[in-house]
Amino acid sequence: MLRRLLALIRKELQIILGDKQSRLLVVMPVIVQTAIFPLAATLEIKNSTLGIYDENHGPAAIELTQRLRAQAVTFTHFIDIDNDHQLNDAIERQRALAVIRIPPDFSAQIARANATPQLQLLLDGRRTNAGQIAAGYIQQIVQSYQQDLASARTGAITSTPSSELVARAWFNPNLDYLDYILPCLIALITTTGVLIVTALSLAREREQGTFDQLLVSPYTPEMIMIGKIVPALLIATFHATLILIAAVFIYQVPFQGSLLVLYAGIILYALALAGVGLFISALCSTQQQAFISMFAFMMPAMMLSGFAAPVENMPVWLQHVTWINPIRHFMEVVKAVYLKNAAADHIASLAWPLLVIGAITLSAAAVLFRRKTA
Amino acid sequence: MKQEPKHKVRKAASVFSFRRFRALCHKETLQIIRDPTSILIAFILPVVMLFIYGYGINLDTGRVRTGLLCEDTSPDARQFASSLTGSPSLHIIAYDSLPAISEALTRSQIRGFVIIPSDFSIKLRRAESALAASASVEPAPIQLITDGSEPNTANFVQGYVLGAWQNWLAQRAASRGLAAPPAISLENTFWYNPAAESRNYLIPGSITIIMTVIGALLTALVIAREWERGTMEALLSSPVTRAELLLSKIIPYYFLGMIVLLLCIAVAHYLMGVPFRGSPFPILACGSLFLLSVLGIGLLISTATRNQFNSSQIALFVAFLPAMMLSGFLFEISSMPAPIRAVSTIIPARYFVSAIQTLAQVGDAWPVLRRSLIFLACTSVLFLGLTAKLTRKRLE
Amino acid sequence: MSPAVTITDLTRLFPAAPKPALDRVSATIRTGRITGLAGPDGAGKTTLMRLIAGLLKPDSGSIRVFGSDPVRDAAELRGVIGYMPQKFGLYEDLTVIENLTLHADLRAVVGRERDETFARLLKFTDLAHFTGRLAGKLSGGMKQKLGLACALLGAPRLLLLDEPGVGVDPISRRELWRMVGDLADEGIAIIWSTAYLDEAERCDDILLLNEGQPLYAGPPRDLTARMNGRCFLLPVPAENRRIRLAELASRPEILDATIQAQNIRVLIRAKTGSESAHFKFETGSAPAAPRFEDAFMDILGGAKTGASALTHILRDIPRDGATVIETRDLTRTFGDFTAADRINLKIKRGEIYGLLGPNGAGKSTTFRMLCGLLTPTSGEARAAGIDLRHSPARARQRIGYMAQKFSLYGQLTVAQNLAFFSGAYGLHGAGQRDAIDAVTNCFHLAQYHGIKADALPLGYKQRLALACAVMHSPHILFLDEPTSGIDPVTRREFWTHINAAVQRGVTVMVTTHFMDEAEYCDRIGLIHRSKLIAAGAPEDLKSQAVTDENRHPTMEDAFITLIERSGL
Repeated sequence: MLRRLLALIRKELQIILGDKQSRLLVVMPVIVQTAIFPLAATLEIKNSTLGIYDENHGPAAIELTQRLRAQAVTFTHFIDIDNDHQLNDAIERQRALAVIRIPPDFSAQIARANATPQLQLLLDGRRTNAGQIAAGYIQQIVQSYQQDLASARTGAITSTPSSELVARAWFNPNLDYLDYILPCLIALITTTGVLIVTALSLAREREQGTFDQLLVSPYTPEMIMIGKIVPALLIATFHATLILIAAVFIYQVPFQGSLLVLYAGIILYALALAGVGLFISALCSTQQQAFISMFAFMMPAMMLSGFAAPVENMPVWLQHVTWINPIRHFMEVVKAVYLKNAAADHIASLAWPLLVIGAITLSAAAVLFRRKTA
Repeated sequence: MKQEPKHKVRKAASVFSFRRFRALCHKETLQIIRDPTSILIAFILPVVMLFIYGYGINLDTGRVRTGLLCEDTSPDARQFASSLTGSPSLHIIAYDSLPAISEALTRSQIRGFVIIPSDFSIKLRRAESALAASASVEPAPIQLITDGSEPNTANFVQGYVLGAWQNWLAQRAASRGLAAPPAISLENTFWYNPAAESRNYLIPGSITIIMTVIGALLTALVIAREWERGTMEALLSSPVTRAELLLSKIIPYYFLGMIVLLLCIAVAHYLMGVPFRGSPFPILACGSLFLLSVLGIGLLISTATRNQFNSSQIALFVAFLPAMMLSGFLFEISSMPAPIRAVSTIIPARYFVSAIQTLAQVGDAWPVLRRSLIFLACTSVLFLGLTAKLTRKRLE
Repeated sequence: MSPAVTITDLTRLFPAAPKPALDRVSATIRTGRITGLAGPDGAGKTTLMRLIAGLLKPDSGSIRVFGSDPVRDAAELRGVIGYMPQKFGLYEDLTVIENLTLHADLRAVVGRERDETFARLLKFTDLAHFTGRLAGKLSGGMKQKLGLACALLGAPRLLLLDEPGVGVDPISRRELWRMVGDLADEGIAIIWSTAYLDEAERCDDILLLNEGQPLYAGPPRDLTARMNGRCFLLPVPAENRRIRLAELASRPEILDATIQAQNIRVLIRAKTGSESAHFKFETGSAPAAPRFEDAFMDILGGAKTGASALTHILRDIPRDGATVIETRDLTRTFGDFTAADRINLKIKRGEIYGLLGPNGAGKSTTFRMLCGLLTPTSGEARAAGIDLRHSPARARQRIGYMAQKFSLYGQLTVAQNLAFFSGAYGLHGAGQRDAIDAVTNCFHLAQYHGIKADALPLGYKQRLALACAVMHSPHILFLDEPTSGIDPVTRREFWTHINAAVQRGVTVMVTTHFMDEAEYCDRIGLIHRSKLIAAGAPEDLKSQAVTDENRHPTMEDAFITLIERSGL
């Protein structure tokens, strides 16, 4: 029985690794994604362009623009804007992410006591998230300018506040986006690998007639399923290991938790997902159908996993719906293990839905399998 | 050898035949309609995706759950606490011990927490007297811990707490009769989208993803399928020309894609209330050129691999993921490193994202649209041209 | 008669292959004649077809089709060439009529011409009832006929048919010949590639290829005439016919031995000098008229028959006379179409049972139900005493199955396929190695061990499939058209193996379209329009078909008569 299963598994791996094109397809996407994603998927704002619309040209305006130009990360390009037409152009053509408008009476207002000089920050409504982050940076610069102004004017009395806010971030002290995206990537990439092996390759067997040959052999439908699940687990583990190595050694994101727990999580996740894949393949008769159905599952599941936007930002009902999404749970597990070195009971509390999902999808697939094949 | 008299069909064979073209289109259309998954991908998936991007992907953090550990029971501490509670962006949850609040953060029940130490009030009073006496000041510390595993949210939490803290400081200074520093107000105005709703650009942007799925993923399979099933051999030996063959693959999917585009715009506009300020012509023009580009990519993959299993995977990695990651739809292109920015310039989705977001929010802003149209025209010629070059009228 | 195709010194290589697929082939194909392209698997028949159709480019040499170059002048020639590829080129998600309409449009058959052509083709292919059915839901043979109908559209001047007879039943093949013959009379040049030598014999000219080399070109009867005096018929009683056959086939002076009705037909090797002398001692042997097949066997040096090595692989199964396959009112419907209608079968251990019938009659449906691949709508099917549908794995351990369509793993090498299928049936260690070695020798697979199954020539694919089906020493062998499309040399080999298996007590259930193969069966079931219309030993069926005009009907006559008489 075990030997027969081994034969089935070996066959699957031989097909996956059999020729150059398919071998390449096992490794290349992972390497390319690991090379590009962490660098591309960032919500930080860097290298942006700030438009400076100085209608004042007074000393305060010059001081402020110099301060804006001095910080080097968020905005590295600046364009001077002299009139409303240029302002319109800069934002409409997305040449600048934001334009700061310094009104004509700015310096005069600054000089006056108790005045409230007004600055305008004009942002592109097509990129409000980036705009909000950029606005935050500018706010800080304006604030520090304002404080320095105050201290220059009134001596040291009000310059130092009586309290200080000491901010620290746990798990990722520099709030580096890489630390966030790499654990997510482990979840995203293992997903495609598992689904392709379970959903797509079984549909191919059906299309090529080899499935019938399996059915007349002494394999039970459950054994055929295991024959697909085990290679899927192996592929998932292999992919996860590749990304893990890249994350720790190339991107230098320190791994905090236990490898054993992480791999246990990967296996559990791959099982749950394999259930989904097998369920899809039991429903479909051609590769095209299987691929499209797989995609129709994968796409929403990835988007609602919390990787593109936090689950807690979703409407409450949708948050409940995401409970059935295995990627969401796995992503939480990976982040908890990788970044937080979470305690065992914590991991268990994150991972048990995977067990439930796996049990449901696998048994549903088994039932469907039996019904379709008998 | 005796020369046969020229047969009448001979001449007709080399030129474009509308009848053959129509027959092939008809065949392709029937195949689309007969496959239940095309309904799934063309009508159900787009609507699902629109709703996901409209409601599921929300980058505008609402009220962030933030913990508060107030070890000081003085009125000063309570005053600061109430300024936190009063912040419209923070949802403050009180905890009574450090282990409990740390555990809550680790378990992602809160995204950050504030600790007001037990000697806060004493230190604060001491600092204020020192300030009044112009002596050296040791400010009273307040700790803010954020959850670095969600850096974006952590940044927001930091900003919100900082704002509340500054408010509190200013109020306190005013109440004690101290001169307020000149308050430079920075007024943020989001053009085109005054309420700064991310769904107003995420939904139009997601149409890019939907069209990529239809254009590239669906067609990545169609030519490979003909090779796998041996129908290509029959077609190649018939009088069908390369142009007829390619056009018959493009046109039905083009119309399918355009129907889906219009469906998406209708759903987004009428059901989800997303503004669409552009006029029909530029929308159709941009949509058409983009669709042709992605059709080109799909057909190119299909023609090159002749294998459904591999071409579907390649389509996923070459068409779908770049549209998602490198189009500027979710992530700022300018923030990416230079080599990746360079890669993004050949991705048609990038230009369509920019065009459709502009059309939705700005309207017919021709300077932006012109650039997108030119690039999309180039990519569609490039990919369709490569497909045409690879399409042989032979088996090898 | 002017040449339609002139081939001069044509050579074509494929990158991976050591030998050229075609090696300096020259030939002339004339209009108004049917030119048969014969030869064993891997002879280069399909490559030559594709070269003539302009789908491949020659490496050297030239082809002229009506004076034009098929590659350079492809656009001109495509309108005058009709080509039916081996895989038929049908769209499975289109209906019969939609497939026809597509090809009619592509080939400019419009208006009244189209209506007339459709009517004629539908009648000829017997697909008139099925115009609204999806091509994917047609049986294998019906697909073949539809593919042919599509190629016949547009009145081509050169018709290239790549194995049109594969999987087509005798009735349809007769009609096919009649139709193609008419086309030839209209002045069309026809190239008909075939592995069926009775078909080759009916061609006006023959081009015989072997491993890319042309062996013979000319009318088939000239080649057949060389065999005069070398063929004999030897009457042998039914009960020891198989043993005699194996014995005769292994004798050095005998090139070929087959069963023909009550006789064994033998072909003597050429070099033995005065041939008839050898056969004097065989009582009752009578000279027989040579056939093209004899010439073919002669030119290729005969089949590797004789004692099958399978005997060593298969365990001996005690012949207890038990009924091993039994069906009771086995019925299967698809929607409102009944594919199998109350089929009752009883097959005893050690029997060869042949299931015959026209395309789409329901043979494959019955077959698949017996193997447990398809659930009967009603009735019961039992194999080895167990209902295979919900049989434990152990019951399936006792059966071997060879599908009609090649269904091993094409992406795996031959060795990997053998290892997998032996492993699937629980073989391991030394036992597995022995079984693999044995079938490798038995089916001559050693040279192909490292090759991907997809890249094998058809005959070797079939050998591999049979090898995979017997490695675990099954009690019952289900063979669905095992010899479809393969050449006579390989077919002889197959039947040697099947006979060997039966001698070990294996029960064999086989479907076939070769009437000479039907002669090898102990009993035959004839299925027509989803019903079992006749069953019995070949002799019984033939005697049922005796009419006043035909006192000694062949198996093919019996087949046709019984079907026509059934009135269904």
